[in-house]
Amino acid sequence: MMANNSESKKKKVESGKRKAESLHPSFFKATLAIIQKDLSAEFRSFELISAMLVFSLLVIIIFNFALELDIKVRQSVTSGVLWTTFAFAGTLGLNRSMSVEKDRGCMDGLLLAPVDRSVIYFGKAISNLIFMLIVEGIVLPVYSVLYNVNLFRFDLLGVILLGSIGYAAVGTLLSTMSAQTRTREVLLPILLFPVAMPVLLASVKASNGLLAGADFTEVLTPINLLIVYDVIFIAIAFMVFDFVVEE
Amino acid sequence: MIEVKKLVKRFGLKTILRGLDFSVEPGEFVALLGPNGAGKTTFLRILATLSRPSLGAVMVAGYQLPNQAAQVRAKLGVVSHMPLLYPDLTAEENLRFYGRMYGIGNMEERITEVLEMVGLENRRKDLIRTFSRGMQQRLAIGRAVIHDPEVMLFDEPYTGLDQDASEMLDEVLRSVAAEGRTVVMTSHDLARAEELATRFDILSRGVITASATQKELKKTNLLAFYKQALVD
Repeated sequence: MMANNSESKKKKVESGKRKAESLHPSFFKATLAIIQKDLSAEFRSFELISAMLVFSLLVIIIFNFALELDIKVRQSVTSGVLWTTFAFAGTLGLNRSMSVEKDRGCMDGLLLAPVDRSVIYFGKAISNLIFMLIVEGIVLPVYSVLYNVNLFRFDLLGVILLGSIGYAAVGTLLSTMSAQTRTREVLLPILLFPVAMPVLLASVKASNGLLAGADFTEVLTPINLLIVYDVIFIAIAFMVFDFVVEE
Repeated sequence: MIEVKKLVKRFGLKTILRGLDFSVEPGEFVALLGPNGAGKTTFLRILATLSRPSLGAVMVAGYQLPNQAAQVRAKLGVVSHMPLLYPDLTAEENLRFYGRMYGIGNMEERITEVLEMVGLENRRKDLIRTFSRGMQQRLAIGRAVIHDPEVMLFDEPYTGLDQDASEMLDEVLRSVAAEGRTVVMTSHDLARAEELATRFDILSRGVITASATQKELKKTNLLAFYKQALVD
Protein backbone atom coordinates (compact mmCIF):
# COMPACT_ATOMS: atom_id res chain seq x y z
CA MET A 1 0.00 0.00 0.00
CA MET A 2 2.80 2.38 1.04
CA ALA A 3 4.81 1.44 -2.03
CA ASN A 4 1.76 2.10 -4.28
CA ASN A 5 1.25 5.47 -2.66
CA SER A 6 4.83 6.64 -3.12
CA GLU A 7 4.76 5.28 -6.69
CA SER A 8 1.68 7.38 -7.54
CA LYS A 9 3.26 10.49 -5.98
CA LYS A 10 6.42 9.88 -7.98
CA LYS A 11 4.32 9.53 -11.17
CA LYS A 12 2.49 12.77 -10.37
CA VAL A 13 5.76 14.66 -9.94
CA GLU A 14 7.13 13.12 -13.15
CA SER A 15 4.00 14.04 -15.17
CA GLY A 16 4.21 17.54 -13.68
CA LYS A 17 7.83 17.78 -14.83
CA ARG A 18 6.83 16.82 -18.37
CA LYS A 19 4.05 19.41 -18.31
CA ALA A 20 6.43 22.09 -17.03
CA GLU A 21 8.90 21.31 -19.77
CA SER A 22 6.18 21.58 -22.42
CA LEU A 23 5.22 25.05 -21.09
CA HIS A 24 8.10 26.96 -22.54
CA PRO A 25 7.13 29.95 -24.69
CA SER A 26 9.69 31.15 -27.20
CA PHE A 27 11.75 34.24 -26.43
CA PHE A 28 10.35 36.05 -29.46
CA LYS A 29 6.68 35.25 -28.77
CA ALA A 30 6.88 36.28 -25.12
CA THR A 31 8.65 39.54 -26.04
CA LEU A 32 5.97 40.24 -28.64
CA ALA A 33 3.25 39.55 -26.04
CA ILE A 34 4.70 42.24 -23.73
CA ILE A 35 4.98 44.77 -26.57
CA GLN A 36 1.40 44.14 -27.74
CA LYS A 37 0.12 44.34 -24.17
CA ASP A 38 1.85 47.71 -23.63
CA LEU A 39 0.60 49.11 -26.94
CA SER A 40 -3.00 47.92 -26.37
CA ALA A 41 -3.10 49.41 -22.87
CA GLU A 42 -1.54 52.68 -24.03
CA PHE A 43 -3.75 53.15 -27.10
CA ARG A 44 -6.74 52.75 -24.81
CA SER A 45 -5.68 55.25 -22.14
CA PHE A 46 -3.12 57.48 -23.95
CA GLU A 47 -1.74 58.36 -20.50
CA LEU A 48 1.91 57.97 -21.37
CA ILE A 49 1.98 59.34 -24.92
CA SER A 50 -0.19 62.35 -24.07
CA ALA A 51 2.04 63.31 -21.12
CA MET A 52 5.19 63.00 -23.25
CA LEU A 53 3.63 64.85 -26.16
CA VAL A 54 2.22 67.78 -24.19
CA PHE A 55 5.55 68.20 -22.42
CA SER A 56 7.52 68.09 -25.71
CA LEU A 57 5.26 70.59 -27.45
CA LEU A 58 5.44 72.97 -24.50
CA VAL A 59 9.24 72.81 -24.48
CA ILE A 60 9.62 73.58 -28.17
CA ILE A 61 7.04 76.39 -27.99
CA ILE A 62 8.85 77.95 -25.00
CA PHE A 63 12.17 77.73 -26.85
CA ASN A 64 10.46 79.22 -29.92
CA PHE A 65 9.57 82.35 -27.94
CA ALA A 66 12.82 82.45 -26.01
CA LEU A 67 15.20 82.24 -28.98
CA GLU A 68 16.15 84.88 -31.47
CA LEU A 69 14.27 84.87 -34.80
CA ASP A 70 17.56 84.80 -36.67
CA ILE A 71 17.52 81.73 -38.92
CA LYS A 72 21.22 80.95 -38.35
CA VAL A 73 20.86 80.97 -34.57
CA ARG A 74 17.80 78.73 -34.85
CA GLN A 75 19.59 76.22 -37.02
CA SER A 76 22.53 76.11 -34.65
CA VAL A 77 20.38 75.34 -31.60
CA THR A 78 18.00 72.90 -33.29
CA SER A 79 19.79 69.70 -32.29
CA GLY A 80 20.23 70.90 -28.70
CA VAL A 81 16.55 71.85 -28.34
CA LEU A 82 15.40 68.62 -29.97
CA TRP A 83 17.51 66.29 -27.83
CA THR A 84 16.74 68.20 -24.62
CA THR A 85 13.05 67.75 -25.44
CA PHE A 86 13.40 64.05 -26.33
CA ALA A 87 15.50 63.29 -23.23
CA PHE A 88 13.12 64.91 -20.73
CA ALA A 89 9.97 63.61 -22.43
CA GLY A 90 11.60 60.16 -22.57
CA THR A 91 12.15 60.24 -18.81
CA LEU A 92 8.45 60.94 -18.27
CA GLY A 93 7.54 57.96 -20.46
CA LEU A 94 10.06 55.62 -18.83
CA ASN A 95 8.80 56.48 -15.35
CA ARG A 96 5.17 55.95 -16.31
CA SER A 97 5.82 52.74 -18.22
CA MET A 98 7.52 51.08 -15.26
CA SER A 99 5.20 52.45 -12.57
CA VAL A 100 2.25 50.77 -14.37
CA GLU A 101 4.02 47.46 -13.80
CA LYS A 102 5.04 48.21 -10.23
CA ASP A 103 1.96 49.89 -8.74
CA ARG A 104 -0.43 46.98 -9.22
CA GLY A 105 2.17 44.28 -8.72
CA CYS A 106 2.15 43.38 -12.43
CA MET A 107 5.95 43.20 -12.40
CA ASP A 108 5.56 40.11 -10.18
CA GLY A 109 3.14 38.71 -12.75
CA LEU A 110 5.82 39.13 -15.44
CA LEU A 111 8.54 37.68 -13.21
CA LEU A 112 6.38 34.60 -12.56
CA ALA A 113 6.27 33.66 -16.25
CA PRO A 114 8.51 30.71 -17.17
CA VAL A 115 10.65 32.78 -19.53
CA ASP A 116 14.13 34.19 -19.43
CA ARG A 117 13.89 37.51 -17.58
CA SER A 118 15.62 39.37 -20.38
CA VAL A 119 12.34 38.88 -22.28
CA ILE A 120 10.79 41.41 -19.88
CA TYR A 121 13.66 43.82 -20.52
CA PHE A 122 13.45 43.58 -24.30
CA GLY A 123 9.63 43.76 -24.29
CA LYS A 124 9.59 46.89 -22.13
CA ALA A 125 12.56 48.51 -23.94
CA ILE A 126 10.96 48.05 -27.37
CA SER A 127 7.62 49.40 -26.08
CA ASN A 128 9.39 52.43 -24.62
CA LEU A 129 11.24 52.96 -27.89
CA ILE A 130 7.97 52.83 -29.86
CA PHE A 131 6.38 55.42 -27.53
CA MET A 132 9.42 57.68 -27.93
CA LEU A 133 9.34 57.34 -31.72
CA ILE A 134 5.61 58.14 -31.84
CA VAL A 135 6.17 61.34 -29.85
CA GLU A 136 9.21 62.24 -31.98
CA GLY A 137 7.14 61.60 -35.12
CA ILE A 138 4.66 64.27 -33.97
CA VAL A 139 7.20 66.72 -32.54
CA LEU A 140 9.45 66.84 -35.64
CA PRO A 141 6.87 68.29 -38.09
CA VAL A 142 5.68 70.80 -35.46
CA TYR A 143 9.29 71.84 -34.87
CA SER A 144 9.92 72.10 -38.63
CA VAL A 145 6.97 74.48 -39.00
CA LEU A 146 7.73 76.62 -35.92
CA TYR A 147 11.47 76.94 -36.61
CA ASN A 148 11.35 76.79 -40.38
CA VAL A 149 13.92 73.98 -40.52
CA ASN A 150 13.62 70.87 -42.68
CA LEU A 151 14.14 67.90 -40.35
CA PHE A 152 12.85 65.22 -42.73
CA ARG A 153 16.12 63.87 -44.00
CA PHE A 154 16.95 60.19 -43.90
CA ASP A 155 20.39 60.74 -42.34
CA LEU A 156 18.97 62.89 -39.54
CA LEU A 157 16.06 60.49 -38.95
CA GLY A 158 18.62 57.67 -38.73
CA VAL A 159 20.56 59.55 -36.03
CA ILE A 160 17.33 60.21 -34.09
CA LEU A 161 16.50 56.50 -34.30
CA LEU A 162 19.96 55.44 -33.06
CA GLY A 163 19.87 57.98 -30.22
CA SER A 164 16.39 56.88 -29.19
CA ILE A 165 17.44 53.21 -29.17
CA GLY A 166 20.35 53.97 -26.84
CA TYR A 167 18.22 56.14 -24.59
CA ALA A 168 15.40 53.57 -24.34
CA ALA A 169 17.91 50.73 -23.78
CA VAL A 170 19.63 52.32 -20.81
CA GLY A 171 16.47 54.09 -19.60
CA THR A 172 14.47 50.85 -19.35
CA LEU A 173 17.16 49.24 -17.22
CA LEU A 174 17.49 52.22 -14.89
CA SER A 175 13.73 52.80 -14.64
CA THR A 176 13.37 49.16 -13.52
CA MET A 177 15.87 49.90 -10.76
CA SER A 178 14.35 53.22 -9.73
CA ALA A 179 10.77 51.83 -9.82
CA GLN A 180 11.64 49.76 -6.76
CA THR A 181 12.29 52.88 -4.69
CA ARG A 182 9.87 55.39 -3.17
CA THR A 183 11.54 58.34 -4.89
CA ARG A 184 11.47 56.91 -8.41
CA GLU A 185 10.35 60.14 -10.17
CA VAL A 186 13.35 61.99 -8.73
CA LEU A 187 15.80 59.12 -8.87
CA LEU A 188 15.39 58.16 -12.53
CA PRO A 189 16.71 61.41 -14.08
CA ILE A 190 19.55 61.52 -11.53
CA LEU A 191 20.61 58.00 -12.51
CA LEU A 192 19.78 58.22 -16.19
CA PHE A 193 21.31 61.48 -17.41
CA PRO A 194 24.93 60.79 -16.39
CA VAL A 195 24.77 57.26 -17.84
CA ALA A 196 23.00 58.34 -21.04
CA MET A 197 25.35 61.30 -21.53
CA PRO A 198 27.49 59.56 -24.21
CA VAL A 199 24.35 58.75 -26.23
CA LEU A 200 22.99 62.29 -25.91
CA LEU A 201 26.33 63.96 -26.73
CA ALA A 202 26.91 61.74 -29.77
CA SER A 203 23.33 62.36 -30.94
CA VAL A 204 23.62 66.15 -30.57
CA LYS A 205 27.00 66.18 -32.30
CA ALA A 206 25.80 64.06 -35.24
CA SER A 207 22.50 65.99 -35.61
CA ASN A 208 24.31 69.32 -35.43
CA GLY A 209 26.75 68.31 -38.13
CA LEU A 210 24.01 67.08 -40.45
CA LEU A 211 21.88 70.20 -39.94
CA ALA A 212 24.90 72.42 -40.59
CA GLY A 213 25.24 70.75 -43.99
CA ALA A 214 28.30 68.68 -43.17
CA ASP A 215 29.15 65.69 -45.34
CA PHE A 216 28.05 62.29 -44.03
CA THR A 217 31.67 61.18 -43.63
CA GLU A 218 32.32 64.15 -41.33
CA VAL A 219 29.68 62.97 -38.84
CA LEU A 220 30.66 59.34 -39.09
CA THR A 221 32.58 59.44 -35.79
CA PRO A 222 29.60 60.41 -33.58
CA ILE A 223 27.37 58.01 -35.53
CA ASN A 224 29.84 55.16 -34.97
CA LEU A 225 29.98 56.12 -31.31
CA LEU A 226 26.18 55.96 -31.15
CA ILE A 227 26.14 52.48 -32.67
CA VAL A 228 28.82 51.26 -30.26
CA TYR A 229 27.01 52.75 -27.25
CA ASP A 230 23.72 51.19 -28.36
CA VAL A 231 25.32 47.75 -28.63
CA ILE A 232 27.16 48.09 -25.29
CA PHE A 233 24.09 49.34 -23.40
CA ILE A 234 21.85 46.59 -24.78
CA ALA A 235 24.46 43.93 -23.96
CA ILE A 236 24.97 45.20 -20.41
CA ALA A 237 21.22 45.45 -19.79
CA PHE A 238 20.76 41.90 -21.12
CA MET A 239 23.40 40.62 -18.68
CA VAL A 240 22.38 42.49 -15.54
CA PHE A 241 18.57 42.68 -15.80
CA ASP A 242 18.13 39.43 -13.88
CA PHE A 243 20.04 40.89 -10.91
CA VAL A 244 18.16 44.18 -11.08
CA VAL A 245 14.73 42.57 -10.68
CA GLU A 246 15.82 40.06 -8.07
CA GLU A 247 15.18 40.53 -4.33
CA MET B 1 5.53 18.40 -3.81
CA ILE B 2 7.24 21.11 -1.74
CA GLU B 3 10.28 20.35 0.41
CA VAL B 4 12.08 23.07 2.36
CA LYS B 5 15.04 22.40 4.62
CA LYS B 6 16.83 24.82 6.95
CA LEU B 7 15.69 27.86 4.97
CA VAL B 8 17.26 31.15 6.00
CA LYS B 9 16.40 34.52 4.47
CA ARG B 10 18.20 37.70 5.39
CA PHE B 11 17.64 41.26 4.23
CA GLY B 12 20.88 42.99 5.17
CA LEU B 13 21.41 42.40 8.88
CA LYS B 14 17.79 41.44 9.50
CA THR B 15 17.04 37.71 9.50
CA ILE B 16 13.44 36.99 8.50
CA LEU B 17 13.45 33.19 8.16
CA ARG B 18 15.60 31.27 10.66
CA GLY B 19 16.18 27.71 9.49
CA LEU B 20 12.62 26.94 8.44
CA ASP B 21 11.62 23.32 7.63
CA PHE B 22 8.42 22.73 5.67
CA SER B 23 6.99 20.05 3.41
CA VAL B 24 3.75 19.59 1.51
CA GLU B 25 2.46 16.38 -0.05
CA PRO B 26 0.76 16.43 -3.50
CA GLY B 27 -2.91 17.43 -3.21
CA GLU B 28 -2.59 18.92 0.28
CA PHE B 29 -4.13 22.32 1.15
CA VAL B 30 -1.90 23.93 3.75
CA ALA B 31 -2.90 27.12 5.57
CA LEU B 32 0.16 29.04 6.74
CA LEU B 33 -0.88 31.15 9.72
CA GLY B 34 1.02 33.59 11.86
CA PRO B 35 1.21 37.14 13.15
CA ASN B 36 2.27 40.12 11.03
CA GLY B 37 6.01 40.15 10.42
CA ALA B 38 6.39 36.40 10.98
CA GLY B 39 7.83 35.92 7.48
CA LYS B 40 4.81 34.38 5.67
CA THR B 41 4.98 36.61 2.61
CA THR B 42 8.78 36.35 2.42
CA PHE B 43 8.49 32.55 2.56
CA LEU B 44 5.82 32.48 -0.15
CA ARG B 45 7.90 34.80 -2.35
CA ILE B 46 10.82 32.37 -2.07
CA LEU B 47 8.56 29.45 -3.05
CA ALA B 48 7.25 31.60 -5.94
CA THR B 49 10.86 32.19 -7.17
CA LEU B 50 10.43 35.95 -6.65
CA SER B 51 13.09 36.04 -3.94
CA ARG B 52 16.31 34.06 -3.46
CA PRO B 53 16.92 32.04 -0.31
CA SER B 54 20.02 33.15 1.64
CA LEU B 55 20.69 29.59 2.86
CA GLY B 56 18.95 26.22 2.82
CA ALA B 57 17.39 23.85 0.28
CA VAL B 58 14.08 24.49 -1.49
CA MET B 59 12.50 21.92 -3.84
CA VAL B 60 9.21 22.57 -5.62
CA ALA B 61 7.69 19.82 -7.78
CA GLY B 62 11.01 18.05 -8.04
CA TYR B 63 12.96 21.13 -9.09
CA GLN B 64 15.62 22.87 -7.05
CA LEU B 65 15.43 26.59 -6.29
CA PRO B 66 16.89 28.99 -7.33
CA ASN B 67 18.77 27.04 -10.04
CA GLN B 68 15.70 25.61 -11.81
CA ALA B 69 13.42 28.60 -11.23
CA ALA B 70 12.03 28.71 -14.79
CA GLN B 71 10.83 25.07 -14.56
CA VAL B 72 9.27 25.76 -11.17
CA ARG B 73 7.49 28.87 -12.49
CA ALA B 74 5.84 26.81 -15.23
CA LYS B 75 4.21 24.70 -12.51
CA LEU B 76 3.22 27.51 -10.14
CA GLY B 77 0.14 29.67 -9.87
CA VAL B 78 0.46 32.65 -7.52
CA VAL B 79 -2.28 34.87 -6.14
CA SER B 80 -1.41 37.75 -3.83
CA HIS B 81 -3.50 40.53 -2.32
CA MET B 82 -2.68 42.53 -5.46
CA PRO B 83 -4.46 41.25 -8.59
CA LEU B 84 -1.43 41.51 -10.96
CA LEU B 85 -3.85 42.58 -13.71
CA TYR B 86 -3.65 45.49 -16.14
CA PRO B 87 -6.52 47.97 -15.55
CA ASP B 88 -6.57 49.20 -19.16
CA LEU B 89 -7.01 45.72 -20.64
CA THR B 90 -10.20 43.67 -20.67
CA ALA B 91 -10.56 40.43 -18.69
CA GLU B 92 -9.91 38.27 -21.75
CA GLU B 93 -7.00 40.44 -22.91
CA ASN B 94 -5.36 40.03 -19.51
CA LEU B 95 -5.81 36.26 -19.63
CA ARG B 96 -4.60 36.12 -23.24
CA PHE B 97 -1.48 38.07 -22.32
CA TYR B 98 -0.61 35.77 -19.42
CA GLY B 99 -1.50 32.74 -21.56
CA ARG B 100 1.02 33.89 -24.16
CA MET B 101 3.66 34.45 -21.48
CA TYR B 102 3.15 30.80 -20.43
CA GLY B 103 3.02 29.57 -24.03
CA ILE B 104 -0.27 27.68 -23.60
CA GLY B 105 -2.09 26.10 -26.55
CA ASN B 106 -5.87 26.27 -27.29
CA MET B 107 -5.87 29.81 -25.96
CA GLU B 108 -9.47 30.89 -26.65
CA GLU B 109 -10.89 27.62 -25.33
CA ARG B 110 -8.81 27.91 -22.15
CA ILE B 111 -9.77 31.58 -21.60
CA THR B 112 -13.48 30.68 -21.80
CA GLU B 113 -12.96 27.74 -19.45
CA VAL B 114 -11.16 29.91 -16.88
CA LEU B 115 -13.69 32.76 -17.10
CA GLU B 116 -16.52 30.27 -16.54
CA MET B 117 -14.67 28.82 -13.55
CA VAL B 118 -14.36 32.22 -11.86
CA GLY B 119 -17.88 33.30 -12.90
CA LEU B 120 -16.85 36.22 -15.10
CA GLU B 121 -17.83 34.89 -18.54
CA ASN B 122 -20.35 37.73 -19.09
CA ARG B 123 -17.73 40.39 -18.20
CA ARG B 124 -15.01 39.09 -20.52
CA LYS B 125 -14.99 42.22 -22.72
CA ASP B 126 -15.00 44.68 -19.81
CA LEU B 127 -11.95 46.65 -18.69
CA ILE B 128 -10.43 45.58 -15.38
CA ARG B 129 -10.64 49.12 -14.02
CA THR B 130 -14.46 48.77 -14.06
CA PHE B 131 -14.31 45.60 -11.91
CA SER B 132 -15.00 45.54 -8.18
CA ARG B 133 -12.21 44.35 -5.84
CA GLY B 134 -13.92 40.95 -5.48
CA MET B 135 -14.21 40.49 -9.24
CA GLN B 136 -10.57 41.47 -9.72
CA GLN B 137 -9.52 38.92 -7.12
CA ARG B 138 -11.55 36.19 -8.84
CA LEU B 139 -9.97 37.06 -12.16
CA ALA B 140 -6.57 37.06 -10.44
CA ILE B 141 -7.22 33.41 -9.58
CA GLY B 142 -8.20 32.82 -13.21
CA ARG B 143 -4.91 34.40 -14.26
CA ALA B 144 -3.01 32.17 -11.86
CA VAL B 145 -4.64 28.93 -13.16
CA ILE B 146 -4.56 29.81 -16.89
CA HIS B 147 -1.61 27.42 -17.43
CA ASP B 148 -3.15 24.69 -15.23
CA PRO B 149 -0.46 24.73 -12.52
CA GLU B 150 0.13 21.86 -10.10
CA VAL B 151 1.00 24.09 -7.15
CA MET B 152 -0.97 27.16 -6.07
CA LEU B 153 0.32 29.80 -3.65
CA PHE B 154 -2.17 32.26 -2.14
CA ASP B 155 -0.86 35.21 -0.14
CA GLU B 156 -3.67 36.80 1.89
CA PRO B 157 -6.23 36.41 -0.92
CA TYR B 158 -9.09 37.80 1.22
CA THR B 159 -7.46 41.19 1.87
CA GLY B 160 -9.92 44.01 1.13
CA LEU B 161 -12.87 41.76 0.28
CA ASP B 162 -16.34 42.12 1.79
CA GLN B 163 -18.36 39.12 3.05
CA ASP B 164 -20.09 38.39 -0.29
CA ALA B 165 -16.86 38.63 -2.25
CA SER B 166 -15.10 36.43 0.33
CA GLU B 167 -17.79 33.76 0.01
CA MET B 168 -17.49 33.79 -3.78
CA LEU B 169 -13.73 33.51 -3.42
CA ASP B 170 -14.24 30.50 -1.10
CA GLU B 171 -16.08 28.72 -3.91
CA VAL B 172 -13.34 29.50 -6.42
CA LEU B 173 -10.64 28.34 -3.98
CA ARG B 174 -12.52 25.11 -3.36
CA SER B 175 -12.84 24.44 -7.09
CA VAL B 176 -9.12 25.16 -7.56
CA ALA B 177 -8.22 22.72 -4.76
CA ALA B 178 -10.77 20.12 -5.92
CA GLU B 179 -8.80 19.65 -9.14
CA GLY B 180 -6.06 17.93 -7.14
CA ARG B 181 -3.72 20.90 -6.92
CA THR B 182 -1.34 21.39 -4.05
CA VAL B 183 -2.22 24.64 -2.28
CA VAL B 184 -0.34 26.78 0.24
CA MET B 185 -2.29 29.78 1.54
CA THR B 186 -1.34 32.46 4.05
CA SER B 187 -4.23 34.11 5.83
CA HIS B 188 -5.31 35.97 8.96
CA ASP B 189 -8.88 34.76 8.50
CA LEU B 190 -8.81 31.69 10.74
CA ALA B 191 -12.48 30.79 10.18
CA ARG B 192 -12.03 30.62 6.40
CA ALA B 193 -8.71 28.80 6.67
CA GLU B 194 -10.32 26.23 8.99
CA GLU B 195 -13.02 25.49 6.41
CA LEU B 196 -10.73 25.21 3.41
CA ALA B 197 -7.38 23.76 4.49
CA THR B 198 -6.43 20.16 5.26
CA ARG B 199 -3.40 21.18 7.34
CA PHE B 200 -2.48 24.20 9.44
CA ASP B 201 1.09 25.37 10.04
CA ILE B 202 1.92 28.23 12.37
CA LEU B 203 4.83 30.41 11.32
CA SER B 204 6.23 32.60 14.06
CA ARG B 205 9.57 34.46 14.27
CA GLY B 206 10.83 32.83 11.10
CA VAL B 207 10.17 29.15 11.91
CA ILE B 208 7.22 26.75 11.85
CA THR B 209 6.31 26.43 15.53
CA ALA B 210 3.32 24.07 15.24
CA SER B 211 1.52 21.95 12.69
CA ALA B 212 -1.77 20.06 12.78
CA THR B 213 -4.01 18.33 10.27
CA GLN B 214 -7.75 18.91 10.06
CA LYS B 215 -8.35 15.52 11.72
CA GLU B 216 -6.07 16.36 14.62
CA LEU B 217 -7.90 19.63 15.12
CA LYS B 218 -11.23 17.89 15.68
CA LYS B 219 -10.48 17.81 19.41
CA THR B 220 -9.92 21.56 19.58
CA ASN B 221 -10.58 24.57 17.34
CA LEU B 222 -8.14 26.42 15.14
CA LEU B 223 -8.18 29.61 17.22
CA ALA B 224 -7.21 27.75 20.40
CA PHE B 225 -4.51 25.84 18.50
CA TYR B 226 -3.18 29.10 17.00
CA LYS B 227 -3.08 30.89 20.36
CA GLN B 228 -1.37 27.96 22.02
CA ALA B 229 1.26 27.76 19.24
CA LEU B 230 2.10 31.45 19.66
CA VAL B 231 2.36 31.13 23.45
CA ASP B 232 4.67 28.09 23.19
